[in-house]
Amino acid sequence: MLRFIVRRLLWMIPTILLVTFMVYCAVRIGWNPVATYQRANPRASEEKLQQYKDVNGLYEGFGGYIRGYFSWLWAFIQGPDQWPRSIKGSGEVWPTLRYSLFNTLRLAGTAAFLGIGIGLFFGVVAGKRPGTWIDSTVNSIAFFVGSIPPFVSAVILQLAFAVQLGWLPAAGIYPPGNQGFDPWLMGKHMILPVVVVAIQTIGNYARFMRASLLDVSSADYLRTARATGLSERQVLRRHTIRNSLIPIATVVAIDIGAILGGLIITENIFNYPGMGVFFIDAATTGDFPRLMPFLVIITVSVLIFNLLADLSYAYLDPRIKLD
Amino acid sequence: MTGEAASVLTLRDLRVQFGTPNGPVKAVRGVDLDLAPGEILGVVGESGSGKSVTFLAMLGLLPKSAEITGSAKVNDTELVGASNRLMRSIRGRRVSMIFQDPLSALNPVRRVGDQIVEMIRSHQDISKKSAASRAVDLLGTVGIPQPLQRSEQYPHEFSGGMRQRVMIAMAIANDPQVLIADEPTTALDVTVQAQILEVIDDLRAQMGMAVVMITHDLGVIARVADRVQVMYAGRVVEKTNVESLFANPTHPYTEGLLRSIPVLGHQRLIPIPGSPPNMLRPPSGCAFRPRCPYALEECAGEVPALEPVGASESACVRAESLNLRVLT
Amino acid sequence: MTSYQPVHESREFESFDELYDVSEQEGLDVQTLTPRQLAWRRYRRHKAAMVSTFVFGGLVIMVVFAPVFARYGVNEAVFPISEGPNQFLEPQSVAWFGTDDIGRDIYSRLLYGMRTSIFIGVATGIIATIIGATVGAISGLRGGKLDDGMMRGTDVFLAFPFLVAIIVVREFIGGLSFLEPVIGDKTSVRFIIFLLAIFAWMGVARIVRGQVLSLKEREFIEAARAVGASERRIIMSHLIPNSIGPILVALTITVIGAIVAESTLAFFGFGPQPGSGGTSLGNLVLLSRGGATQGNWWLVVFPCGALVLLAICINFIGDGLRDAFDPKMDAAK
Repeated sequence: MLRFIVRRLLWMIPTILLVTFMVYCAVRIGWNPVATYQRANPRASEEKLQQYKDVNGLYEGFGGYIRGYFSWLWAFIQGPDQWPRSIKGSGEVWPTLRYSLFNTLRLAGTAAFLGIGIGLFFGVVAGKRPGTWIDSTVNSIAFFVGSIPPFVSAVILQLAFAVQLGWLPAAGIYPPGNQGFDPWLMGKHMILPVVVVAIQTIGNYARFMRASLLDVSSADYLRTARATGLSERQVLRRHTIRNSLIPIATVVAIDIGAILGGLIITENIFNYPGMGVFFIDAATTGDFPRLMPFLVIITVSVLIFNLLADLSYAYLDPRIKLD
Repeated sequence: MTGEAASVLTLRDLRVQFGTPNGPVKAVRGVDLDLAPGEILGVVGESGSGKSVTFLAMLGLLPKSAEITGSAKVNDTELVGASNRLMRSIRGRRVSMIFQDPLSALNPVRRVGDQIVEMIRSHQDISKKSAASRAVDLLGTVGIPQPLQRSEQYPHEFSGGMRQRVMIAMAIANDPQVLIADEPTTALDVTVQAQILEVIDDLRAQMGMAVVMITHDLGVIARVADRVQVMYAGRVVEKTNVESLFANPTHPYTEGLLRSIPVLGHQRLIPIPGSPPNMLRPPSGCAFRPRCPYALEECAGEVPALEPVGASESACVRAESLNLRVLT
Repeated sequence: MTSYQPVHESREFESFDELYDVSEQEGLDVQTLTPRQLAWRRYRRHKAAMVSTFVFGGLVIMVVFAPVFARYGVNEAVFPISEGPNQFLEPQSVAWFGTDDIGRDIYSRLLYGMRTSIFIGVATGIIATIIGATVGAISGLRGGKLDDGMMRGTDVFLAFPFLVAIIVVREFIGGLSFLEPVIGDKTSVRFIIFLLAIFAWMGVARIVRGQVLSLKEREFIEAARAVGASERRIIMSHLIPNSIGPILVALTITVIGAIVAESTLAFFGFGPQPGSGGTSLGNLVLLSRGGATQGNWWLVVFPCGALVLLAICINFIGDGLRDAFDPKMDAAK
């Protein structure tokens, strides 16, 4: 097991390098950072433009891409104060990125915790008694929720609870002009975005869990467990649920991407200053110095969660061969 | 034969019916059985004859759609209609069961030792530690080499025969009086089959445990059983001891079964024509009638009851007049 | 029946018929239906799927003949501004679903928008299904390194937050100028179809691969290999026909996935701009953004409602197809 983990960790290094290089190329080809710089700073001098190119390693030609990638990487790993500055007002990138990151993690954590927990609970309730009214109710609600794109539920909730009823704030993280830290106000601003993402997550996990539970429910070893004299409750807890959680563990790790994706959409609608707003803003202006750190953080976390998914699966299911 | 009083397991007119959208399926239609301590009773029949269902029903292991009537007593404890609590105290304690496919019958993600410990601790109030050492002893008893190391392994790390030994170790963990073995050798290689039967036979001798050996394989019966009940379409059609089963079958279905096993140096195999009846609409009278070469008009009338014929009991109206023989 | 050899030659029995005609005795249904008829029967039994089929069918007819069903042109105001303010009108007789910021009829624009969106969905679905089914079948059949690589690659790709990944890929392929003659400008409908297909084929490939892996173990594939059938032949005449159920289900998922993705992209300003002659659902859904904050509820309810209606219909059709191709459903019902 330890050797397996070490080997997979070592493999991570070339994988991260390769994937981030691909992202680098995609961003350079896709956004053309020189052009976006000129668009954002139409009156920039030739000298300033050259300086921007040098700092960001925007060399021309195929070799220039490789050289540029490594020069960018070198600046990146030296730490945030060495990172190139934003093309808009040459502000430092890390302070806003860190601020967005924490705002998003707070939303993502709450939404994932609630969504996965409640979703698994309903999945078990439904899957335990397939074919009953509880099962079909959970199933149809999950079905309808799954058919509603997150931005639709976001605008509808915003219209209903914030604009029409006025119960909850429609946007932002604090009311305009608020100073300092206030958990109550912050919590109030988090409710709608969290609910939007949590609803999606609940629907997904209720369906996953139900399917996994039904898969396991027909297994012969449950009959053995009953034949040993365990009660239905014990069979459910010790065998059925335990075994059906194994595939779910993998889904959770991979699904972090989906939860973040849902948040990017939701944050923009509620104008919540997180990663989503950061990204859409950087993508629309083509702000190379802001796009790259964002995409690299996303890439690395996706790869790490993928690794965690593999490891958890290998750990939880002894039948998986470690090679 | 031992008398009624000594019987550890008694079934009287046990019936099982499944409600389906197309109507009720009568899977078991009145089974009587007596099992003496320490004997091995073979229950033979084709798949779908209700042989497994009878015992699963007795232990309450069928889905809820099953309706069970009649009587099933372990010693003097009635199981039909028993509370869940009572049923749990019987399962794994007084009556244990092992199944056909030991790979799927064991939880793939738990160590075999833990699974045996769970079995012990669901009936005995002992510490995890002593249950674990008992589990290792049990694995040794059923002939698994290096039981200590093996108890730390997962089911997929065992061979088929070894897995079935694990199942047996688990089943005997609480010294049950009755072991129900549901086709325990069907999924195994022939050489391994013999070893497993030997383990079961030895344990029966050591522990004085009675065994119900459910099988479709008459070779298994010949090897271990004392007495035999042949089942067809949810009923017992012949009750006999193992010698007369092979020498003088008294039911045409038994004869058919015997004729369809290969015997060296004898004529070609004769399969039983047709297939087992659809239990949604079983034939009237004797259920074997449509496939029976000796069937008469009268066979369609009343359902024939088991009647003594020589040393056996047969549910064939023509049992006396037919001179059934296997090796012609 | 006559080809049977009597097995109990010397025995007494009434007639061969009684001996062998077991099926009649058992009262088995001997009525035979082809798998396709059985599937259709199961599909019809799925009420929600049947209703959805009719609703979706009706919508398709309405949008195909949009000029007939629409009350105004796609960019036509309900009445000229000279006759009074025409923007942000609430639903009323001149505009059933209200008007937008420049006085255009939401109902008519929805018909034209859905026309574009359904076209995008179906086109993406077909392209993605063809690519995905082929890649999935080959990958599942060959196994080994190719299969591992594909699964790993798609795993990582699908684990990225969708909106981030699609925007990066959009800019990237939009930046490859040599592709432009083939896939068109970044804001064209053709471009968005290609973009969505790049993402959608992977889901299909995974489903088909799973199906192929389970079919591969079955005897008829072994038999086909044993008689020397080529891989192409095995795929075309065995694997694809036997995977038709999962493929159709994947197609429905892809179609609605593409429609929703187009709306999402448009919602963030990365969608198509279908010229002066049309619009897309995404462009209308975009209205709901301002609509929500300004309290113009009809700008939220109707475009979003149309999108959700499409999603529910297509999902139910997919659900019905899944049941239809699942033989276990007969036993369960």
